[in-house]
Amino acid sequence: MAIIERSITTTEAFSVATPSTSLGALKRPVSSTGWKSWLFTVDHKKLGIMYSAAALFFFIVGGLEAVLIRLQLAAPNGKVLNADLYNQMFTMHATTMVFLFAMPMAGAFANYFLPLQIGARDVAFPRLNALSLWLLVVGGLVLNASWFLGGAADGGWFMYAPNSGPIFSPSHGVDFWVLGLQVAGIASLIGSINLIVTVLNMRAPGMSFMKMPVFTWMILVVQFLLVFSLPVITVALVLLMFQRSYGATFFDVSQGADPLLWQHLFWIFGHPEVYVLILPAFGIISEVLPTFARKPLFGYPFVVFSGASIGLVGFGVWAHHMFASGLGPVSVAVFSIATMAIAIPTGVKIFNWLLTMWGGKIWYTSAMKFAIGLVVLFTIGGLSGVTHAVAPSDTQQTDTYYIVAHFHYVLFGGMVFGLFSGFYFWWPKVFGKMLNEKLGSWNFWLMVIGMNLTFGPMHILGLQGQPRRMYVWTEARAGEGFFNLGFWNLVASIGSFILAFGVLMFLINVIHTARKGKQAPADPWDARTLEWLTTNPPKPHNFDRIPVVHHLDEFFHRKYESDPVTHNMRQVATGEELVRAEEAAADAHIHLPSPSYWPLVLAVGVGILGMGIIYGAPIMVVGGAVVLLASYGWALEPSTAEDIDFASPSDGGHTKEIATHG
Amino acid sequence: MAETATHADQAHHSSTGLSNNKLAMWLFLGSECLLFGGLISTYMLYRGRVITGPRPNAIFDIPFTSVSSFVLLMSSLTMVLAVTSAQRKDDSRTNLWLTVTALLGATFIGGQVYEFTTFYREGLGFTTSLFGSSFYSLTGFHGVHVSLGIILLLSLVGMIKKNKITGNKAEVVELIGLYWHFVDIVWIVIFTLVYLIPS
Repeated sequence: MAIIERSITTTEAFSVATPSTSLGALKRPVSSTGWKSWLFTVDHKKLGIMYSAAALFFFIVGGLEAVLIRLQLAAPNGKVLNADLYNQMFTMHATTMVFLFAMPMAGAFANYFLPLQIGARDVAFPRLNALSLWLLVVGGLVLNASWFLGGAADGGWFMYAPNSGPIFSPSHGVDFWVLGLQVAGIASLIGSINLIVTVLNMRAPGMSFMKMPVFTWMILVVQFLLVFSLPVITVALVLLMFQRSYGATFFDVSQGADPLLWQHLFWIFGHPEVYVLILPAFGIISEVLPTFARKPLFGYPFVVFSGASIGLVGFGVWAHHMFASGLGPVSVAVFSIATMAIAIPTGVKIFNWLLTMWGGKIWYTSAMKFAIGLVVLFTIGGLSGVTHAVAPSDTQQTDTYYIVAHFHYVLFGGMVFGLFSGFYFWWPKVFGKMLNEKLGSWNFWLMVIGMNLTFGPMHILGLQGQPRRMYVWTEARAGEGFFNLGFWNLVASIGSFILAFGVLMFLINVIHTARKGKQAPADPWDARTLEWLTTNPPKPHNFDRIPVVHHLDEFFHRKYESDPVTHNMRQVATGEELVRAEEAAADAHIHLPSPSYWPLVLAVGVGILGMGIIYGAPIMVVGGAVVLLASYGWALEPSTAEDIDFASPSDGGHTKEIATHG
Repeated sequence: MAETATHADQAHHSSTGLSNNKLAMWLFLGSECLLFGGLISTYMLYRGRVITGPRPNAIFDIPFTSVSSFVLLMSSLTMVLAVTSAQRKDDSRTNLWLTVTALLGATFIGGQVYEFTTFYREGLGFTTSLFGSSFYSLTGFHGVHVSLGIILLLSLVGMIKKNKITGNKAEVVELIGLYWHFVDIVWIVIFTLVYLIPS
């Protein structure tokens, strides 16, 4: 599939279309401005921005659900939610945060920066990239539509069967959940194949694997995890769907079904998923820490291979989620030891980050604060994680708030802080404006305080035996003194409001920056990797000429050279000068992939098809027809837009080929 | 520098030397291995769990399924012939062998439909037992894969006839061939584990 197809001038793209026969009935979308240019785009940068917008929306939805949970538990005999609604709330909070915020937000960063970091003009399959985004949106809408169509899923985010079967979960909530996740899963699978091919095949000349930025490396590892773990949860979801919708017996214990089947299938996916969530954040801070410590990353190969081995070992530890289910001593011992082993590469990474900062001239920007926040908070979460690896203590901790404390430290303190670090680091690259550092500082400190107040006390609550997913507690059983559950529940609830306020600071910062933010210079952070070798924001074609790579941290090495005598690095060029030099030497022919209707149409078709499984065959037929139409439209659409799809430029200013600048 | 970025260059340059399409197909098939892995594991776990309805050994007709398996395996041979014809740029031979492959695949699907109807008549429904649910899910999933393959093959024939394929025609045929061979190999595993090994 030729992906480089359409020339775009550096100032403006083509916007006028003339009818053509290239699609039979429809002519191809060619707008480069306005809403159509977003809906039908295949540009990895626009798709990345839409990914992050969707993910941020779901982050707010999931956050509000969390606040409602904490409101309910703030005082004894909470009246905010009833038991049923509370179950839906924690289920959807976790599902939304994992599948609709964390994965897409990491996907947003990957989509936007991965091609830029490897010196490519787009991903390998731009139309599939658009399909991934729209399937994710459709999946998210299907999942959340359940709120308005008879109640959401209520079985917890791991939806253990047989509890999630038709007898114990009679509402349509679980059906929506199963369908939404299948659609979102297809989206991730397509996205992961696309990104792997992009990294393997589309690196700029000279960029060997060991010259790739760590963020790109971690995204590559994550995509391999997704390719091999998503099909397993798809099987689990399909089995559950067959049971719920068509009367299959997979989880029917009266027929002799094994209740552990679901648990195994879910966690074979679920544990790699944990690393799918955290590794992108590790990648982000492995870019941020060296930049702001003004030192190269300490032990680059160790960071890379630790990440890869975390991914690899991550496939062999799933049963540590099931220690309490009676697996037998051999399994427990094996999975226990494997789990402890994962702490080694993770520890290697932590020490590499510490040694990157050691002796550096640290520049405490908001991005750097969040990155340091990750190192500290993730370590706390990692340590409580090691206590789960010890099976006897895990048996005590299973299904208590101690677990909730652990995974919020690694996921909020780790992943979310990494993503926020990425926001502050890359905002000038994406939008050409600097996020406000003062608001950024408020954002950071409120989130640190809020998160520790929310999740810190949960360690105590859990060790005292407060079970997770309990919708109400009573003063009579809350205990006394320091370990009074009421006190710590209240602290956690207050903390969650501070946390929400911290996130609000970020949103305020975004609005403030959009209105009054100062223009970003070409290289605001004295950065190190290739994505800065282009304008802010990047042009549609990313690079005026494809860079030739000689070093790890290529951009840094173009700015600084080692003095042959003193071996000190001295500056030979500024980032600004390098970007101008690239513009001056721009390629004359730059072809970009053409927009397409079909990804959006196909995604909508898949959504309708899914609804048919709940609401009956006629809807399924309609959805199937749309899917079929879109598939043929896609296959018959030439990968190259034909010239007659574009009006010949009448003003003389734009030709299809860019005249060389300068 | 200026005039070098032609289409042909772009289509053939890649860091690994493999084409993007082929790499993507291999990754997809790798992922499919785990999909069938999950379904096969489920079947292996549940094959002997029958409270009502027939047990596996009572209904399998191994000679019949052996014949339809043989037909499916032969379709891999005709697929190979289609790929070599495509590489020799012989469109009419390519179309001939693609059509034969699709017909052999359709024969296999016909056999599966017949088999499913017979089993159903003998009392094994989708909801009868754990064995029934997992058997129909596994073989059904495989059948859907074969059917999709048939649709792909016939669409390919149509597109070659109307000259609608942009890009490297031989590679498109090869990619669909990869998928087809994969589906065949999965059937070898299923046939062995489901039919041949007594429960």
